[in-house]
Amino acid sequence: MVRMVSATELKPTTYAWPVETTELRVKAGRHLAVNGLDLQLGTGVHGLLGPNGAGKTTLMRALSTVHRPSGGQLRLLGEDATSSRVLRPLRRRLGYLPQHFGFYPRFTVREYVEYMAWLREMPKAAIPGAVQRAVERVGLTARADSRLKALSGGMLRRVGIAQAIVNDPDLLLLDEPTVGLDPEQRVEFRTLLRELGTDSCVVVSTHLVEDVVAACTDVVLVDEGKLVWQGLPAALIQIGEQGGTGDSPAERGYTSLLSSHRSAS
Amino acid sequence: MTDHIPAASLAAYTAGDPGLDDAGVWAVEVHLENCAECRARLAELASPPLLTLLDDVQVMIDRGVRNGPEPVRRRTWRRLAHRWAVWSVVPWLALVLSTVLAAFLLDREFPQRPSLVLLLAPVAPLAGLAIAWSRRSDPAWEITTGTARAGLELLLRRTVVVLATVLPPLAAAGWLLDMSPALWLLPSLAFTAASLLLGGLIGVARAATLLSAGWLLAVALPAILTANLPVVVRPSSLPVWAAATLIGAVLAVARAGDHRRFN
Repeated sequence: MVRMVSATELKPTTYAWPVETTELRVKAGRHLAVNGLDLQLGTGVHGLLGPNGAGKTTLMRALSTVHRPSGGQLRLLGEDATSSRVLRPLRRRLGYLPQHFGFYPRFTVREYVEYMAWLREMPKAAIPGAVQRAVERVGLTARADSRLKALSGGMLRRVGIAQAIVNDPDLLLLDEPTVGLDPEQRVEFRTLLRELGTDSCVVVSTHLVEDVVAACTDVVLVDEGKLVWQGLPAALIQIGEQGGTGDSPAERGYTSLLSSHRSAS
Repeated sequence: MTDHIPAASLAAYTAGDPGLDDAGVWAVEVHLENCAECRARLAELASPPLLTLLDDVQVMIDRGVRNGPEPVRRRTWRRLAHRWAVWSVVPWLALVLSTVLAAFLLDREFPQRPSLVLLLAPVAPLAGLAIAWSRRSDPAWEITTGTARAGLELLLRRTVVVLATVLPPLAAAGWLLDMSPALWLLPSLAFTAASLLLGGLIGVARAATLLSAGWLLAVALPAILTANLPVVVRPSSLPVWAAATLIGAVLAVARAGDHRRFN
């Protein structure tokens, strides 16, 4: 389906990076989960990799403006996201799927996505069309009027993706989007990711190295709240060809980068 | 646009003549969209196979409209409820309403004791408020917080729903007990405003709990034990409540930015 493109969308941007952090520190409870992270992300799909407890979810929460950083600089789409004055206009341009996707069980898929579009302050006239388009893009057209409590885990995850992309965000944050998706849906999801990444900045946090290699244009590896490595998926595979443990070159690259980082620190 | 499409351009357009460039096609189409006269001229120029094709398409569209899925029903009430309320407050509001009812019945039985309705009124909206804006009871809090409308606007919508449910039973109880409406209304509004203001700093749920516990322990409990109606719920202290409500409401709106992130 074709969509009208407004003049504001075609305006050139005045910032170098959609996401730019300097010495970013974010707390999860009392623990400093993101500790001095320097990161620059451009347009494209960025795969955020790291072991459990590396601070991926906390970083995603800071990028989605849910958590206030406790130190450092965070610039999103050219705005200083640590000041609360710019939050409202900034949040209209964000899409976010949290790791724990909470939902209201009595809402239908369409009602839920529509509610999220309304919360993101989309123009009233644009909402019904945008909702239909988002629901179609995740392949839930047939279930658009079922209640959320009647859906399976994988379908709920897709509802989560639909609500995140409904406002055509300039910065899209997906935390573990492929959990519960079957192999066929994961392949479809990767196609969707590539499509989204052509004109916006998409950050996907995941455990699955193969997803990153297949669908991302850039790999970001974090451990203990710090940036370990950033580069192309091909470069990760190249590192994996020289050693490391794992079943695929990309996994070997991932483990060898992590172990060399740990032995260095 | 007053000029119509020249016959030559229209003929070239109808025939799909490659001599007519993109800009020309565009100009023709923009004019056609707004001019019934030129559309009629276009229809006259169309070849018979094209007209048959258009008829077939029309029949197929009509069939699709008849047999296809029904358009989605517009459910205004449901949408209104979604945008103003959250489901999780319903059990709490039921609890508050039954408490108000119990207080009313006790007051009617024992008119000489300090009025329980008056002692409960200030904190009655707070239970609903604590539930309406807390991480624990709102399953979608993380998604909601990251959106543009999150903050005081959404919180105020939910507060209005809580007040609209809690205040009418209080009004009925007050009217049947023959009390001045200001006596119960002003304290409950003052406490609501205070919860919103304090909630910006420590979280609405925490603020509401703190304020209700403080009121119940410091004022309501001693009043029940000593059987003396405390001075704060007597008519003489009404100006103070009015001032507190006004100042609290103004400050809460002024500090709206505090609610942009969940505490």
